[in-house]
Amino acid sequence: MAIIVDEETKLIVQGITGHQGQYHTGAMKEFGTNVVGGVTPGKGGMEVLGVPVFDTMREAVAQTGANTSIIYVPARFLKDAAFEAIDSGVKTVVIITEHVPVHDAMEILMFSQRKGVRVIGPNCPGIASPGKAKVGIMPNAIFKEGSTGVVSRSGTLTYEIVNSLTEAGIGQSTAVGIGGDPIIGTTFIDALRMFQDDPQTERIVMVGEIGGTAEEEAAEFIKEYVTKPVYSYIAGRTAPPGKRMGHAGAIIARGRGTAESKIKALEAVGVKVARVPVEIADLIKADI
Amino acid sequence: MKLFEYMAKEIFRRHGLPVPDGYVVESADDIKDVKKPVVVKSQVLIGGRGKAGGIKFADGTDEARQHAEALLGSDVRGYKVKHILIEEKLDIRDELYISVMMDRSTRMPLLIASADGGVEIESVPEDRIFKRTIDPAIGYNPYIGRELTKSMGLSGDTAKQVSFIAGKMYEIFRTEDAELVEINPLVLTGEGKVMAADGKMTINDDSLFRHPEYKGRDEELTPIERKAREKGIAFVQLDGDIGVIANGAGLTMATLDSLSLYGGKAGVFLDLGGTDSPEMVKSAFELMTEAEPKVIFINIFGGITKSDTVATGLKEALASMEVNVPIVARIKGVNEERAIEILSSVGITAVSSLAEAAEIAVRRRNEAAGGD
Repeated sequence: MAIIVDEETKLIVQGITGHQGQYHTGAMKEFGTNVVGGVTPGKGGMEVLGVPVFDTMREAVAQTGANTSIIYVPARFLKDAAFEAIDSGVKTVVIITEHVPVHDAMEILMFSQRKGVRVIGPNCPGIASPGKAKVGIMPNAIFKEGSTGVVSRSGTLTYEIVNSLTEAGIGQSTAVGIGGDPIIGTTFIDALRMFQDDPQTERIVMVGEIGGTAEEEAAEFIKEYVTKPVYSYIAGRTAPPGKRMGHAGAIIARGRGTAESKIKALEAVGVKVARVPVEIADLIKADI
Repeated sequence: MKLFEYMAKEIFRRHGLPVPDGYVVESADDIKDVKKPVVVKSQVLIGGRGKAGGIKFADGTDEARQHAEALLGSDVRGYKVKHILIEEKLDIRDELYISVMMDRSTRMPLLIASADGGVEIESVPEDRIFKRTIDPAIGYNPYIGRELTKSMGLSGDTAKQVSFIAGKMYEIFRTEDAELVEINPLVLTGEGKVMAADGKMTINDDSLFRHPEYKGRDEELTPIERKAREKGIAFVQLDGDIGVIANGAGLTMATLDSLSLYGGKAGVFLDLGGTDSPEMVKSAFELMTEAEPKVIFINIFGGITKSDTVATGLKEALASMEVNVPIVARIKGVNEERAIEILSSVGITAVSSLAEAAEIAVRRRNEAAGGD
């Protein structure tokens, strides 16, 4: 099973001829992802690592039957590329691009909702279901197939945690990085719901950080809907208020969005919260 | 990027939103013939100016100049005053509040209003605050204005003006790539006119590429932070003394949390983000040494930023400058073997566990600080 990406995933890479696009196309293929095509306007007819390149998403989807796209194009061209993807017939669009203008993100999500397309990101590391497919930029070597679902607002911190799970012998059903921007497509709640409904997933790791109230909202949802055990780490316990901590969304503004408030909300609904990333594996091991 | 009041009001004026007559000066000598009472307002990016003595009133040119003289270069709640806004003094009958901001939960703009303006909105009771999500598919429409003004207890011409202003604020929010547009207070004058007595705006940093008008106008940053921004590196000054270079915001925060577990505190936070240029790493390292930390702690989990890219940049930086503080490195992820090799060629031993590296960094910091 797993969530969002699996053996059925047929992937188009938007921006495949760029440096990142090329590198990660190779890495995704090595992971086992079925990369069926790429799109770079004006480069149709080329091949990258044996993958055919098309000029437009419509053409790519018509020729390959793709159901998923991943976008690597720079922020200033992102809105157009994302609209094109959402309008092309794919069901899932993963946006890796960082520094996307917040109003563009809002418009992209409005359009995706109307079209019934799932967007992950922007500013995210993507999603991987070990043993099945990866649509993203996470390092292949850190994963191990298993039954723990991971959802995280961060990129490299996701690697950190997935890696420590794998080193502790705890495999993953799917790991999804939802992105660190204030406005994102797939939320903690979306991922929690899918993990709860996924037969392969037995427990869930949720990695949050300061800023906003997504973790508090997730806690509410866990109370209502999630029966599988949930483990969490919230980054930024020691972050001072008012400073934007790298991610656009990671800011304690007007007293809201502190780590304490999130940890309290999660612990109140029975989530076990680790103090540092590596502790998550210890908490899980103590339970199994 | 936060805008000064005078910059926000320039934008309000351009969009046809009523603001008091006024002009900005950098020197008291630039204050022209004052015939009517004026307000002399310090331009600082922090609230509570009035209480801190940053706002004065004057009836004539000399008095206005004296106030400006005293305020320019002074410190208002930690911010140095470089600009003064000279503005006609309004005859205030009532003070209201309106803002438009990006709401993370609904992923749509949120309009907030209250009849209790002139105080911090956080201090206004919930039942006195009107909140309305605006669906960007339809934007601001007159019915929202009717709901809004009714909730504020307004009617007649005042309601019409307030509704118009709220619509303009939404238009500004959308067309200027703002994260926040706030007017507090929105003033109803004795003559029955509604005007923006103050103006606060935050422009979305990621949109600045399509707003060349703000180039070089961001005064909120420290000099090193500004240099970092020009190079595309997220750089935040904190109050400890360990310099942290990491890739990715979450990982950087986790690094700070790990340091604090062993009793250490970061003084500088530098996030490389996703980069594949050793040159970028080199400039990050140069910036870091400018901040004069006691220990430099590098924590890389290679992904889109490959570990060996960071190691190469670091090696180049060390070849071009003298670094007298200990460096602790934690390297993991894509191309870690090569990175560890490169680092050991310049005498840096990298470990692969974050906890272990954090502990070493704190120990080195304590040695360097000589027990203070």
